[in-house]
Order: sequence, then structure tokens, then C-alpha cells
Amino acid sequence: MTRRHKNVLPGFPLTLGYTLVYLSLIVLIPLAAVFIKAADLSLAEFWAIVSAPRVVASYKVSFGLSLLAAAINSVFGLLLAWSLVRYRFPGKKLVDALVDLPFALPTAVTGIALTTLYAGNGWLGKPLEALGASIGAALSALWLDFGGSAETAAALAEFNIKVAYTPLGILTALIFIGLPFVVRTVQPILEDLDPELEEAAASLGARRWQTFRYVLLPILLPALLTGFALAFARAVGEYGSVIFIAGNMPFISEITPLMIIFKLDEFDYVGATAIAAVMLLLSFVLLLVINVLQAWTSRRIRKGRR
Amino acid sequence: MKINPAARARAISSLAPGELKRALAAVPWIKCLVLGLALGFFAVFLLLPLIVVFAEAFRKGLDAYWAAISEPDARAAVWLTLTTVAIALPLNLVFGVAAAWCIAKFEFRGKQLLVTLIDLPFSVSPVVAGLVFVLLFSTQHGWFAPWLQAWDIKIIFAAPGIVLATIFVTFPFVARELIPLMQAQGREEEEAAIVLGARGWQTFWRITLPNVKWGLLYGIILCNARAMGEFGAVSVVSGHIRGQTNTMPLQVEILYNEYSFSAAFAVASLLALLALVTLAVKSWVEWKARQALDFNDDKQDIAP
Repeated sequence: MTRRHKNVLPGFPLTLGYTLVYLSLIVLIPLAAVFIKAADLSLAEFWAIVSAPRVVASYKVSFGLSLLAAAINSVFGLLLAWSLVRYRFPGKKLVDALVDLPFALPTAVTGIALTTLYAGNGWLGKPLEALGASIGAALSALWLDFGGSAETAAALAEFNIKVAYTPLGILTALIFIGLPFVVRTVQPILEDLDPELEEAAASLGARRWQTFRYVLLPILLPALLTGFALAFARAVGEYGSVIFIAGNMPFISEITPLMIIFKLDEFDYVGATAIAAVMLLLSFVLLLVINVLQAWTSRRIRKGRR
Repeated sequence: MKINPAARARAISSLAPGELKRALAAVPWIKCLVLGLALGFFAVFLLLPLIVVFAEAFRKGLDAYWAAISEPDARAAVWLTLTTVAIALPLNLVFGVAAAWCIAKFEFRGKQLLVTLIDLPFSVSPVVAGLVFVLLFSTQHGWFAPWLQAWDIKIIFAAPGIVLATIFVTFPFVARELIPLMQAQGREEEEAAIVLGARGWQTFWRITLPNVKWGLLYGIILCNARAMGEFGAVSVVSGHIRGQTNTMPLQVEILYNEYSFSAAFAVASLLALLALVTLAVKSWVEWKARQALDFNDDKQDIAP
């Protein structure tokens, strides 16, 4: 038969039509509203809003801490995925299931739980502050012993480790919500890895570290980067789990989504929209990057299997 | 003749077979280090926050716990949350199935773009998701303000806004579970059914649905968990009117900010329980799906 295979299945016009209408009504038209509203502003006005010092400070907090959290998650997410795939230990099934907890636990619950945990009288906050205080006292004493000035010694004695209501608290929340992204993108790749690759490397005399560095890491890299990007994208927009623990001090621990909330509370809809437009543009860029990374990952998997 | 790389490597290897085995075996101290770091990180960052929720909820005893979750405002919050899910979930379910059908079973231009656009709500900040509906439906400033005022309809700071925001943030869940699954299954079985004279609906109910039921269930429970737990988007559109427009997560926030910590954690523990149930169902579904896969592999082995 030379005729092209004809698709006999029904329902294409109906399902595609429904998909497009629903997508437009729920997602596309509402998102377009942001850009149309933002277009009411002149370029200078728009720029004045999105580059106001307090807003710029919030970008630094949001982006800097999201990058840092995604980086920390890449390291520990890889370790966790490695443990789940390669090692046997008691409670492994439970750990595997609970890795997804941040996907399932409502962000407000995460927020109040972390705040309670890391507050000055919390299970982790209290020992951390005690540890910080003794480090501070030791540094201050050391400084005086070496003949340093009394003022600097006093400043050193002030040193403390506070997590709740500081940028460190924001970092903790962002680590929590980003972890499963890395584990769940790396884990399937590790599972599918051909053991012959490592055998080949070992029989050619590679040491373990060399095998990991030159054989495994290049194969895992696209998945790791995808996990990093997914964790970062989620962290930048995160609101619920962060606001409770952030302390929300202007210029220090305010995140960008909170700036939108402030503008809305003041009924400054135009201002809120301008910042939202910036965040949306970033989302689109990240979505593009993630798509490219995912295509790279699936190409790499096919190669690894061959 | 093709020689596989491992066999070739073994052939030119300087190592004896015993040495190779030793070179590949796990080194105890590395295993301990990796496991220790990974599980320590897991315990501090994932396990402790979960434990703290229940510890705080029951700190003042069972009676206080019961009082906290049965007071009228909490009950109203539970009711609003359930109503919201009851509307949002079926809508996104129908959409997910329709989208998966046209994307997985047919070829058309712009398919990849469509898949990307369906994922879009995942990469939008929840606060922005709430804001877009305020821009459209605010009674004073929204696009539809004159019309809403004329008909005296309230969407923002009322239940419809909460439902809309929830539909937006849970939009991709069912579709993104079903699309890869249905793509992997191809369309031969459905085509055979149609050629043999089955109707479209019959084919869907008898062939497609049984094939994707576990993936579908997984999408539904994830969608349900997110719909019940959404905070940011709902917070923007709700207006926080006690007993009227507070969902469970918003009730948690209000109680917490009023320093009623035990009550806040009591309501939070209900949501945490929901999360645990979600994870349990998810594990069960994955186990079932793997079983089905093994079963199919067995069938293929038996076939000549």
C-alpha cells in the first residue's frame, strides 16, 4: 500500500477545539491582561516602578537566594537520588515517598512549620542560637587575646545564627520546596544507567572518582541542570512558605511577590501589574530554558541506553 | 560483528576479574558518608517540618485540638475548600482528558507549543496568578467592572474568584500526567476498536481509559492536593473574610497571625494529613502501574 496511513480515530476537532478554548479562557487571556494593563504605562513610568530601590532589593533577595537554594538542592538532591538508587537502607521506601512531600504539603503549612522550627525557642532555632552565641564569644575572646580593639571584639560577641525572620530563613524555605525537583529529575536517569559504562571505566583502570567525574557526571549533567532550573523557577515565584519565615524587612528580607501584594493592598493596581509583568517575562524565559534542557536530557538518555 | 564496549574494555583490561569486582563494589566509608549526608539533609529539611506540624497541633491535648477544628470558622473554611475542589477538579479533569486525546492520538502543527502552553501555569508565581483575576474581575478597577456592577456580581473577594484562581494553578496537573502516558501507548488498540465497529465513546471507555487509569488517578490526586492547599493565588483574590472567603490555608494564616498557634497547627495538621494521604496513594499508584507493566512484559514473553 502506498497510500499514507490515515488516522481513523474520532474526536480530533472536538477535543482540540475544547482544549484551545479552555486554555485561552483560563490561562492565555488572563495572562494577556497583565501585559495589556502594563501597556497603559509609558516606558519611563514602567521603568520607575520596576527599578525602585526597594523593588530592586527584592529582586536581589528573590534571585540570589533562589539561585543559592537551587545550587544546594542540586548537591544534596544528587546525593539523595544516588542513595535511593544505589544503596539499600532501612526505611528506603518511606524516604522515597516522602521526597515528594513539598509537592503535596500546602505552602502555608510549610511556612508556619519552618518558622516554628527555626524561631528562637524552636527545636532547631534554640540550639543554633546557642551555637552562634558561643562561636561569637569565642571569636571575641580570641580577638582580644591577639590584641585587637575592644569595639571589634564587642561586635564579634554580637555574632549569632538566626534563621527565622532573616534571609537565612527564606533560604531554608526555598530549599524545602525545591528539593523534589532535583531528586525526581536525576533519579530516573540514574536508574536507567547502563552498568556496563562503569564496568568499562573500571576495567580500563579508572578510579572511582574518575569514573564519577568523567563517565557518570557528564551523563547526569543535563538532568541536574534541568532539576536546578525547575527548582529555581519554583523558588523565584514562591510566596506561601516564605512570607511567614522571612520577617519581611524592607531591603533585607522582602521577596518580589511580596512587592506585588503590597502594591495590591494599596490599590496600586498599575504598580502591581508592572512588577508582575517583569516576573512573567522571567517565567517565560525560564520555561524556554527548561524546555531546551529537557530536550537535551532526553537526547542524552537515548545515547546512554545505546 | 559488534563488540560491546564493556566486553572490549574487559578484554584489554589490566585488571583480573576479581579485581574488577572489587573495583566496582561499594566502598563502605563512601557509602556511609553519602547516606549520612543525604539522610541527614532529608531529616532536617523534610522530616522535621512535618513532625513539628503534628507536635504543635496536639501540644494542648486532644480536646483543644478537637475544639480548634470544629469551631464554626474552621468548619466554614473546610467547607469552602471542599466546594472549590468540587468545582475545579472536574473541570480540569475533563480538560486534561480532552487535551491528552488530541495531543497523544493526532499529529498537528504547533503541538509542541500547545504542550508548553499547558505547562505555563506551573511557572507563573501564585501571586501573579491571583493578580490576573483581580485585573479582570475587580469590581472597581477590573476590565469587566461596569458589567459586574450593573449585574451586582461579586467575583473578587468572593468564592468565584477563589475557584477561578484554583482552576488556574491546578490547570496542568491531569493533562501533564496523561499526555506522555497516552503518547507512549500509541493508537493501535483504539484504531483496531474503531475498525471493528466500536463507537468513539465506547473506544474511549473500554480501551483508552483502562489503559491510563493509574496515570489519571495520579493526576487527580496531585490536582486535588494542590487545589486544597493553594495559598498565594487564593490569598490575593479572597479578601480574607472570616467564615465566608477563607479556605483552609487562609484560615491557618489568620490563626497563626493572631498567635493562636495551636489552633493554626490543628487546621494545618488536617492539610498535612491530606498531603500524607496523597503521597500514600501516589506510592500505591506507582506500584500498581509497575505491576501492570511487568504483567505486560510477561505477556510478551509468552507470545511466540
